[in-house]
Amino acid sequence: MNRNLLLALKEVSKSFGGLLAVNNLSLNIHQGQIYGLIGPNGAGKTTVFNLITGVYPCTKGSIFSEEVDLTRLKPHSIVRLGFARTFQTIRLFVNMTTWEHVMVGQNLSADSSAGGVLPLGFGRKRDLERKAKEILVLLGLWEIRNQKASILPYGIQRKVEIARALSTGPKLLFLDEPTAGLNIQETKDLLKTLNQIHEQGVTLLIIEHDMRVIMELCDHIFVLNFGQKIAEGSPGHIQVNEQVIEAYLGKEE
Amino acid sequence: MLGSTYALIAISFTLLMGILNMLNFAIGEVFMLGAILALTFVKLGFSFYWAFLLAILCSGGICLIIERLSFRPFRNTSPLIPLLSTIGVSILFQNTAENIWGAERSQFPQWMEPIDFHIGPVLVSSTQLIILGAAVLLMIGLDLFVQRTRMGRGMRAVAENIETANILGVNSNLTISITFFVSGLLAGASGILFGLSFYIVSPFMGMEPGVKGISAMIVGGMGNLRGAIIGGMFIGIIEVLSVAYIGAPAKDFAVYGALFLALVIRPQGILGMIQSERERI
Amino acid sequence: MDIFSALGINILLALSVYSPFATGQLSLGNAGFMAIGAYVSAILTVHLSLSLFPSLVAGGMIAGMVGVLVGFPALRIKGIFLAMITLAFGEITRNFFMNFLSSLTGGTYGFRGIGDTPVSLAWIWGWVLFFLVFFFFLSRSRTGLSMIATHDDAIVSELVGINIVRLKIGAFGMGAFIAGVAGGLFAHYYLYIEPEFFNVWKSIHMVLFVIMGGMLTFWGGVLGATVFTLLPEFTRVLQDWRGAFFGAVIIGLMIARPSGLLTRELLRFNFRHPDRKGPLS
Repeated sequence: MNRNLLLALKEVSKSFGGLLAVNNLSLNIHQGQIYGLIGPNGAGKTTVFNLITGVYPCTKGSIFSEEVDLTRLKPHSIVRLGFARTFQTIRLFVNMTTWEHVMVGQNLSADSSAGGVLPLGFGRKRDLERKAKEILVLLGLWEIRNQKASILPYGIQRKVEIARALSTGPKLLFLDEPTAGLNIQETKDLLKTLNQIHEQGVTLLIIEHDMRVIMELCDHIFVLNFGQKIAEGSPGHIQVNEQVIEAYLGKEE
Repeated sequence: MLGSTYALIAISFTLLMGILNMLNFAIGEVFMLGAILALTFVKLGFSFYWAFLLAILCSGGICLIIERLSFRPFRNTSPLIPLLSTIGVSILFQNTAENIWGAERSQFPQWMEPIDFHIGPVLVSSTQLIILGAAVLLMIGLDLFVQRTRMGRGMRAVAENIETANILGVNSNLTISITFFVSGLLAGASGILFGLSFYIVSPFMGMEPGVKGISAMIVGGMGNLRGAIIGGMFIGIIEVLSVAYIGAPAKDFAVYGALFLALVIRPQGILGMIQSERERI
Repeated sequence: MDIFSALGINILLALSVYSPFATGQLSLGNAGFMAIGAYVSAILTVHLSLSLFPSLVAGGMIAGMVGVLVGFPALRIKGIFLAMITLAFGEITRNFFMNFLSSLTGGTYGFRGIGDTPVSLAWIWGWVLFFLVFFFFLSRSRTGLSMIATHDDAIVSELVGINIVRLKIGAFGMGAFIAGVAGGLFAHYYLYIEPEFFNVWKSIHMVLFVIMGGMLTFWGGVLGATVFTLLPEFTRVLQDWRGAFFGAVIIGLMIARPSGLLTRELLRFNFRHPDRKGPLS
């Protein structure tokens, strides 16, 4: 099946002062799959996210999406192209409710009416509100839509983060350790939700330390160590790859 | 011509605040209170030295109170709150001083006979030299203190990260309190020196040195003692030059202009490090 | 009736501080923008015989444009440093009007005779109403939501697709425009302005309106302005000690309720915003 190439990293490197965090990394992301990005701590996984989303500039290499060079763009433009993300440590807007979190990202789908200052016409507004509701219902957040996000329990906050990212209407959703801090039931829940999101047509790229999640969820996995890609392939392939096993030796489970 | 001395004085008391990365907007008022209290004690009959000592100690104590009210409760929240709170302190002190001591200027009675020197084309009085000398000594002393002593290292650790400092065995509360106390001592002393040198003691004397001192600290770099010293000299030089070449009214323009440009070009100051602004994602 | 004009102008000034503050930028220099608006509009009406409305708008626009210019370097600077750079800007502007253009403006001695009759209260309150309506719609719009997001976490906001550059500069420029209009109204009501009116304390007072009244909603600034303008009337008994009282109130408020008197929760409870609750299913 010919799948669209959504994102291509070509020989991307990033150094901070003397520290080479990402080293000559190349990878391709095709539409419709669920990808995993794994590797020991400090392997540079979050840095890759930051590079793609424009938080840091690349020291070398390029990142392309359908002919557009992302390295030339500011973060908000990159998001508008369809790339959204969550964060390792949850970063919600402390003064906003759950509902407002999903409305904020919707900026993109509406055109600016006078720069978004004037109220939208009723029809457009209904559309945005309907979409926001869909996302909240999908993630089981509808009941708490009016709660201030900062007082919600941890597991729910994670979901709000995902909802916020979804509200920007992404083609590719980056998730940074989405199951960190979740108990078994919450993790199962999240897996189900992620699969549902995927079924709706969103491509996923997930950083995870929980191997079971990766193996169960992902179609294709990239393995990073010291900023370099040491392996990639299907879960079965990765599990028996020698270099991967070596990289993880000595790491507590 | 040696108006730069007061820039040097001003920075001496902001130095310590700069190390901790905490901005005390009311420091100019502590400076002022040092001078006013000293004058009051002198008028009450104390000898000069006792009056000065008492006033300096009071300034330290006042700064300690400021720490408790305006800084300690807000360690983990926005740094804007201490800024606003110390603005309140500043207003409080100025108005209180105005009411207690009246808005007019007064001055210290003759402390010692000033001798005028000529250094080249410049007329210098002995009091100004003493102040310059004191300021220089202070700076050298502070520098040694911060670099060499355990307390100094503790201060720098606290400026980096309070939790880490605690883990490393630094008593951060004590360190911070001592820092504030000492900066209060310095501010009070500076106020007295200033009052002696320029024959001014008034409730409003602290405003300009306060802002200039804070500017020096920022231009030189928050969190860095040597940077603040450089910043202070920088501001002092600019002021002197602008008075010489453009004329007295323009000096504020030049100094604030320099502050503005400095922040635009290099927000962290000449030698500074903005710790908290480093974002981790 | 002076008090109602003062109230109107103070509300405008509060809004002028609120606008950048809502995007996370604290400006301690809006008195500078007020000065620009005041002087420009006064020059236009007095020397060029322009009628009032265009003068006011021109004053505001020029202030706004300067605001946008200042807004660009301000983007890279956070928190306290931004506060200092805006403070420097305010002082530079005040010094500018003290030293330059004095043939047109009377320099330090002030600008007299701005028109023969003061503008009516209607003029002032007309503008107040306009801006209140503007902020009302803004707070319920998508841009308003983006502003809250930017205030809460600028980096994440960018990563949710918000163009924070445009937002922040826009908010900053808007604040400058409002301050400029307020300045123009001030000039044409009191018929006399001098640079000293637009000093740091003016800027600080404006900020205090917002801080005390409630930082998270534009009504907070309105409340703060009202309280501050009317309070002196009610605190006559305190007389000269009003300043000290205000200072103490600020300190206390920071400790007790740092986000100010009005918060969004409070408003949500009292004024039901339908779209905040989401459509009923």
